[in-house]
Order: sequence, then structure tokens, then C-alpha cells
Amino acid sequence: MTRTEIRNFLITIVLFALAALIPLSDSGFWLSMGITIATYMVLSTSWALFSGPTHYISLATGAFYGIGMFTVGVGIELLPYWVLVVVAAVIGAVVAALVGLATLRLSGVYFVIFTLGLAELIRQIVTWVQTTMGSSSGLYVLTNITEPIIFWELLILGIIVYFIGWWINRSRLGFALRIIGNDEVVAVHSGINTAAAKIILFVVSGTVATIVGALLAPRLSYIESSIAFSPMLSFIVVITALLGGAQRLWGPIVGVIPFMLVWDFLTATFPNQTTLMLGICFLLVVYAIPNGFAGLIEKYSHRLRGRT
Amino acid sequence: MAARSALSVKNATKNFGGLIAVNQMSFDIEEHEVLGLIGPNGSGKTTMMNLISGALRISSGHIQLFGHVISGQSASQISRLGVARTFQLVRMLNSMTVLENVEAGGVFGHRKLWGGSLQMQAVEMLEKVGMGDAVYSPISALTYIDQKRVELARALMSDPRLLLLDEWLAGLNPSELQIGIDLVNSLREEGRTIIVVEHVMDAIRSLCDRCVVMNSGYKIAEGTPAEVLADEEVIRAYLGDDHA
Ligand SMILES: Nc1ncnc2c1ncn2[C@@H]1O[C@H](COP(=O)(O)OP(=O)(O)OP(=O)(O)O)[C@@H](O)[C@H]1O
Ligand SMILES: [Mg+2]
Repeated sequence: MTRTEIRNFLITIVLFALAALIPLSDSGFWLSMGITIATYMVLSTSWALFSGPTHYISLATGAFYGIGMFTVGVGIELLPYWVLVVVAAVIGAVVAALVGLATLRLSGVYFVIFTLGLAELIRQIVTWVQTTMGSSSGLYVLTNITEPIIFWELLILGIIVYFIGWWINRSRLGFALRIIGNDEVVAVHSGINTAAAKIILFVVSGTVATIVGALLAPRLSYIESSIAFSPMLSFIVVITALLGGAQRLWGPIVGVIPFMLVWDFLTATFPNQTTLMLGICFLLVVYAIPNGFAGLIEKYSHRLRGRT
Repeated sequence: MAARSALSVKNATKNFGGLIAVNQMSFDIEEHEVLGLIGPNGSGKTTMMNLISGALRISSGHIQLFGHVISGQSASQISRLGVARTFQLVRMLNSMTVLENVEAGGVFGHRKLWGGSLQMQAVEMLEKVGMGDAVYSPISALTYIDQKRVELARALMSDPRLLLLDEWLAGLNPSELQIGIDLVNSLREEGRTIIVVEHVMDAIRSLCDRCVVMNSGYKIAEGTPAEVLADEEVIRAYLGDDHA
């Protein structure tokens, strides 16, 4: 490890340790906000692992998240909860691999549309299965898992995602993805199996999103497909990742924290205009800060360094 | 026995809808040979190179590399078998440094280097193409000829068994051209097997052992540079094209 890597590693550990203290503060608001932020930290960071280097915009996060929730909802009467989390991860990985195989040869626009449709497709299948089997539209997930536990689980998953991201960045796979993101023609002529590289990353990010869904299922206690497969979630993930900067591993979290605080205020103040708000946020991010906060921070720190 | 055939092209054909860009092309290159692929604009040279490197899929016919059929394989597979190339319009990895641009050629292809040995090789290649000073420069700081050198260094990183240079000397001023010709000549002296597509006749005369001439997708002549450049059909193809 280089000196900067050790420094970043220590900073990360300290920040996570501080965050882990939040549930001890006894504040319902900050715990609830903490869970939301931790959720999107994990989702956006793993989204950026795939979309940052490849520039493919995936709107499939909600689909995988929903798969995770429903796996827990369906299986909770049959299997121990932690087994279900593993089962959900496997299902998420398989679906991601299949979707990747089917779509990653498509050009960017088709990929975006396909991934957006995916969440709706899976939701319709789930609803159809439920109605034909005559069960009710929702599922109860009653466990003794409390909110602090969910929060800590998300933090641990976050650490794992950062570790995976750090490892990928310094591996041949990460180098291959950067080449692909720059010029796919050069990539294939350098011997890179571009389809395999993209699918591996898509599977990593899809699996993580599925696990997040599975971890959050106990928090809802009653799971409905319209909540589990929300397209809103996919859009917020994209916005926060772009706001923070998808090119850096630490970019998304820099976007998630301010966005979720503002978002919480906006949705409380204008509860009926959330979709409109989301659209405005999206436009602001894309036009005003195309490289995200990470891009801004790096630009100014370069300038500062340049002066000395 | 003659030298080993490095590349053998048999009846290679490529059509784009109704247009037949490469029509029943057949030729061979021996190991250590430098072959010039020449012809007027739009005659199908780049398309022929694309068929060899796997950038385009062949419509019919086949291509063998050291006896191994490569037509039908993907560009990445072909690159792993030892074919490396530069592009007519230079292709840089713009968000990466010069060093990384070169390293890209040596990790996944015919040679699989990593870590210290990768970096050492890349620096060595950059020095070889005269870019030893620019190792950590961003691509945006480079002139056109320097970008071409970086692209050549990237292709050489894989220690290719066959190197394809598509108008690598185009767009250079006279003094740069001489540097470029000397560089390709040094590769030839190393014993590399190379196909060069060029319009610069001086370069063809001084570099190529043999030439294949294309016109409208067909092979119209083959032989030493002196022979083909004196060939009536070749002269007509070039002049005819000038008047078109
Ligand atoms: N991808 C493509 N789709 C359709 N037509 C193509 C394609 N690539 C090349 N062509 C056509 O095939 C013919 C041969 O083109 P090619 O680029 O191989 O010529 P060239 O000999 O390399 O010419 P130049 O000297 O100008 O580079 C041209 O008529 C060109 O328009
Ligand atoms: Mg050409």
C-alpha cells in the first residue's frame, strides 16, 4: 500500500467508527436519517463501481433491491433470516449476470431503457405470481432485528463495498475498465474481453443492491411490490452518485450525505411534488456539476497545490 | 525451405450491404517481412487491416496466423494471439497518462505483464519511440506525432508477432517523416513482421520488402516496390483516381 492509501484507509476506518456511534445517541431522527444515508451510500458507491468507468447508466438498482426485499418476504416463514440474505445475494447475482449477458452488448441508450424496464418487469411478474397464487399483495416480515442493527449491518456492507472498490481499482480488472471507458476499440485490440469485464462489475453492483434490499426488509415489516420495486430509488442512486462524482470511490458518499439531508427537507415540505423535485435535482446536477463534488474538490486541490 | 508464413489471407471478402470493400483478396507474409499494402483512397486497405485484426468480421474467405485460423475470432482473441495495430485516426485513452496508454497494450494481450515489469517495459518502449521525457504527461499535452508514437509504443508492448500500421506516417512534416521512417526501419531490423498501409511512396520504397496493391477492393498487383510502382495497372489506378 502507498502512503496515501494508508491515510485514506485510516480516515475511512475513523469515519465508519464515528458513524457506528449514531444509534447510541438515542435520537430517532438521526438514526432514521443514518439508515437512509447508509443505504444510499452502499447503493450509490456500488452503482458507481460499474457505471463510473463504463459510463453505462444503470437504472436497475430498484430491481435488485426489490428482489432482495421480496426474497426475504417470501422466505421468512421458511428459513432463518441470515440464510435468506445469502439466498437473495445469489439470486441477485444470477439475475445480474443474465441481464448483463443480454444487454451489455447494447449501446448506452438501449441499456438505460432496458434497465429501467427491468424493475417494472420484475414487479409485474411478482404481482402476477401473487394474484395467481391467491395470496395478499403484501408480505409480512416480522423479526426481532432492530433499527440500530440494520444500520450497523449497512455500515459493514459499506466497508466491504469500499474494500471491493479499492481492490478492483488496483487490479487488472480496474485497469481494463478504465481502458473500456476511454475507448472500447482500443480495449478489444489490447486483448480485453470487454463483455466479461462489464458483466463482472454489473454482477458486483447488482448483488450489493440485492443485499441492501434484503437487509432493509425487516425495517418495513410489511412489503409491497410498489414500495420494493420503486423507480424513485434507482433515480436517487444515479443522482447522488453523479452529484458526488462517479469517477472516484469516495465520490458517491460526498453526494449522498448532502442530498439526503436536502431531500428529507424537500419531501417533508412538498410531499406531493417529489417526482418534480427529483427531476429538478437531476437537471441541476447534470448541468451545474457534471463531474460531481469529487471533480470540484480535485480541481480546487490541484489549484491550491499548483500555487505552492 | 522458405521462411515460415506469418499471415496467410485466402479469398478474404468483406461487403457492407451492396458495397464490396474487400474482394477475394489473397496474399501471404513471411515471418520478418515488411509488406506494404497500398492503393488509392477508398480501395479497401483499412478494411483489409480491420479483417486481420478482427475489428470487422469477414464475409467470406479466411485468414491464418502462423497456421492458426483467426478469421471469425474476436479482436481481443486475435490480439492475444499476437496481432497488434495502430489506427488510421490515432486512438488515445484521453483520461489516462502517456505511461498508462502504453501499459494498456501489455497487460491483456499477447503479453500479460503487471506491476513493476509492466512499468519498466512501458518506459522502455516510450524511450524506444523517442518519448522517454513524456512518461507522466497527460495526453492533452501531446502533439499529433507524439500521439502516434504513443500508439506505436502501445502496440509494441504486446511484443506482437504481426504488427499492423495503418498510415502511421500520414500527417507528419518532412523532418518528422524521416524520424518515423527510421523508427519503422529499426523495427524491421529487429525482425518484426509488419504490414504497413501508406500513401507516402518514399516510405514504401525504403521500408517494404514487398507490396500488395489494392484497387476497389481487388488485389491488382504484387511484387517488390520497384516492380509494382512501375506496373501499368497500378499507375492507371492511381492516376484514374486522381482524375475521378
Ligand atoms: N464500416 C463501413 N461501413 C460501410 N462502408 C465502409 C465501412 N468502412 C469502409 N467502408 C467503405 O469501404 C471502402 C473502402 O474503405 P477503406 O477505409 O478500407 O479504404 P482505404 O483504402 O483505407 O482508404 P484511405 O486510403 O482513404 O484510408 C470505401 O468505399 C468506404 O466508404
Ligand atoms: Mg484507410
